[in-house]
Amino acid sequence: MVKKGPIFSFFALLIVLGIIIAFSVKPIIHNVNLGLDLKGGFEVLYQVKPLKSGQKIDSEAMSNAVASINKRINVLGVSEPNISIENGNRIRVQLPGVKNEQRARELLSTTAKLEFRDYKDRLMMDGSDLVPGKAKVAFDDMNKPKVTLQLKDPSKFASVTKKITSYYPNNMLVIWMDYQKGDSYEKEAAKNKHKFISAPSVSQELNTADVEISGNFTVQEANDLKDLLNSGSLPVRLVETYSTSVGAQFGQDSMKETIYAGAIAVAAIMLFMLLFYRLGGLIASLTLVIYMAVVMGVFVGMQAVLTLPGIAAMILGIGMAVDANIITLERIKDELRGGKTVLSAFKAGNKRSLPTVVDANLTTIIAAAVLFILGVSAVKGFAVMLLISNVVTFVTSVYGARILLGLLVHSHALDNHPWLFGVKRSDIRGSK
Amino acid sequence: MDQNDKMNYKHYNKFYDHLDFMKQRNLFFTISAALIILGIVSLFIFKLNLGIDFSSGTRVDVQSTQPISVEKVDKAFRAMNYDPERPVLSGTHNNIATVRLNKELNHNQIAELKSKIKDQFGSEPNVSTVSPQVGRDLAKNGLYALIIASVFIIIYVWVRFEFLQGLTAVLALIHDAFFIVTVFSLLHIEVDILFISAILTIIGYSINDTIVTFDRVRENIKMSRKRLYTIEEFGDIVNLSIRETLTRSLNTVITVLIPVVLLLIFGSESIRTFTIALFVGLLCGVYSSICIACPLWAVLKVNYLKRRKRRRTVSTQPQN
Repeated sequence: MVKKGPIFSFFALLIVLGIIIAFSVKPIIHNVNLGLDLKGGFEVLYQVKPLKSGQKIDSEAMSNAVASINKRINVLGVSEPNISIENGNRIRVQLPGVKNEQRARELLSTTAKLEFRDYKDRLMMDGSDLVPGKAKVAFDDMNKPKVTLQLKDPSKFASVTKKITSYYPNNMLVIWMDYQKGDSYEKEAAKNKHKFISAPSVSQELNTADVEISGNFTVQEANDLKDLLNSGSLPVRLVETYSTSVGAQFGQDSMKETIYAGAIAVAAIMLFMLLFYRLGGLIASLTLVIYMAVVMGVFVGMQAVLTLPGIAAMILGIGMAVDANIITLERIKDELRGGKTVLSAFKAGNKRSLPTVVDANLTTIIAAAVLFILGVSAVKGFAVMLLISNVVTFVTSVYGARILLGLLVHSHALDNHPWLFGVKRSDIRGSK
Repeated sequence: MDQNDKMNYKHYNKFYDHLDFMKQRNLFFTISAALIILGIVSLFIFKLNLGIDFSSGTRVDVQSTQPISVEKVDKAFRAMNYDPERPVLSGTHNNIATVRLNKELNHNQIAELKSKIKDQFGSEPNVSTVSPQVGRDLAKNGLYALIIASVFIIIYVWVRFEFLQGLTAVLALIHDAFFIVTVFSLLHIEVDILFISAILTIIGYSINDTIVTFDRVRENIKMSRKRLYTIEEFGDIVNLSIRETLTRSLNTVITVLIPVVLLLIFGSESIRTFTIALFVGLLCGVYSSICIACPLWAVLKVNYLKRRKRRRTVSTQPQN
């Protein structure tokens, strides 16, 4: 006697799940954070070095450096930057979707140490004499951009300008950005392109708090200088040790190709399962759809960044999720061939396949966890996806499939139809 | 399920009756030993083609909408005073060229290179630079990950099964990982950072396969309800277990091979080495867990039992 209740529940459950998935697809897709290998952008690994001799690079110095970098990235307006400390003294900066890479690199790595020196490179004043956050961009009579600053102490500026005036005819106040030992005004002044920003002549003592820098700026250069001064100088020196940049077109193509391959793979796997396990394969395919939705949902919910290795891990995860179905369905087939009824074969098959599935998945989880803890960047993205995939497999491919198939089995509609599981009648023990 | 069930019907495809894995074990062991020796020789002669991720230098991927010629790329780089290694073409229409330079470029050089390449080939290239220190750290890091993962897996299998099975499972996975390295060395495929991910995935799979079979061995030993001593007795159990799990092992490797093969054909160039490593590893993994791990375990187990027996007889002699 076929019971209608469980069959009704089966379809009701499918419809509810279908509706939930249909409504969550859009928000999930819209909220996926794409990594720079998928949308273009660049990544730099900086080695953090001391600015002055004797400076210690401890965790405090590192977090200060990260904070300064963060402020500068805000200037760039990159939507999903990722900054992480590695190995204790390295900082990895990932800027997906950044347009002007060269500008980003310069903004990031400059220490933004503003200094006022005399013609003999003696330090007169530096950034610590400025009122923080007061740098502005203004325009002169010729409509050329300049940067205005405010000093803390006008009298200090007065004494500095007095001294400079006395050096006539070498009465220049040289304004340096990131002055390094060995730089000299004399050498730079002879060149066409100076390393210092500007070197105005001072002809009288100036007792004022307002200073302006007028170099040969473009509007953007003036703006960047203002932002750098306002976000403060970098407490350490950053040296690029690794960098990679991906063209936007490259990224899009990679994503398209990989997703295309994935879609065909999913279709092929479903077809294979249907042919081999019939109804069992259909249930496995249904749980596979749920599996993909849940994995993506969890991934987006964790705000993890989707990278190319991540997509590869997800496609592989599909193979592994199906493996859980295969182990269970093979067991059910064994039991059916042994002459059990569909109901008891289903129960025994589920019970006896569970330890196998647990052992098989846990070993992969061990490998994924080690990768997650030890790996960096690309490897980490892969490991996160592999971990999520393995955990979700338990929910969808083990319990999800069990619930769905269980409803059909309990309706007794499948009784005496072992072919629905891909078992031939002639293979069943006791049959002729 | 009780004992009678087990004895009276077969769980598996009748075709598998002809497959005697234990009988052929020496052939399998010889093949694997030969492959390992081949790998060691190859590593000495050809070494590994380490990508810049593990060494240092600059890698540039040039992409165009049209097929690219090696000469054109080479000329473009020489015009900028670089000395590139021979560019490698890839992509469906040979529209991607990968160029390696031995030196690290600074950010001004990269900016210049990018704009010049874009002018000549149409789209912005990918540029990666790595300093020697970072490359070394990455390789070290990967090796640590491999060792730590293996240790944890042995411990897990030891707890869930027995030590000898844990040992053979790990020997099988090292065999698989080394086989991937062998193939990469022989074919001179570039090893990049994703290679480590691939090897670890294969370790996960290989152990997965092996465990499913050992799981069946454990069950069949329990089911046979007698003490096993000889290689023939263990051989029967091993053969039965492999035959019973063979459909599952093959079907699983097929469902995992499907996406890997499709990624290999249609997937992005950037993960090519990754998919090649997976492909090789999966095939080797299914072979090693069926033909190496189980027979090897049976041989080791019988040896161990014999030795124990001998030790017991020796130690009990004085009292007699």
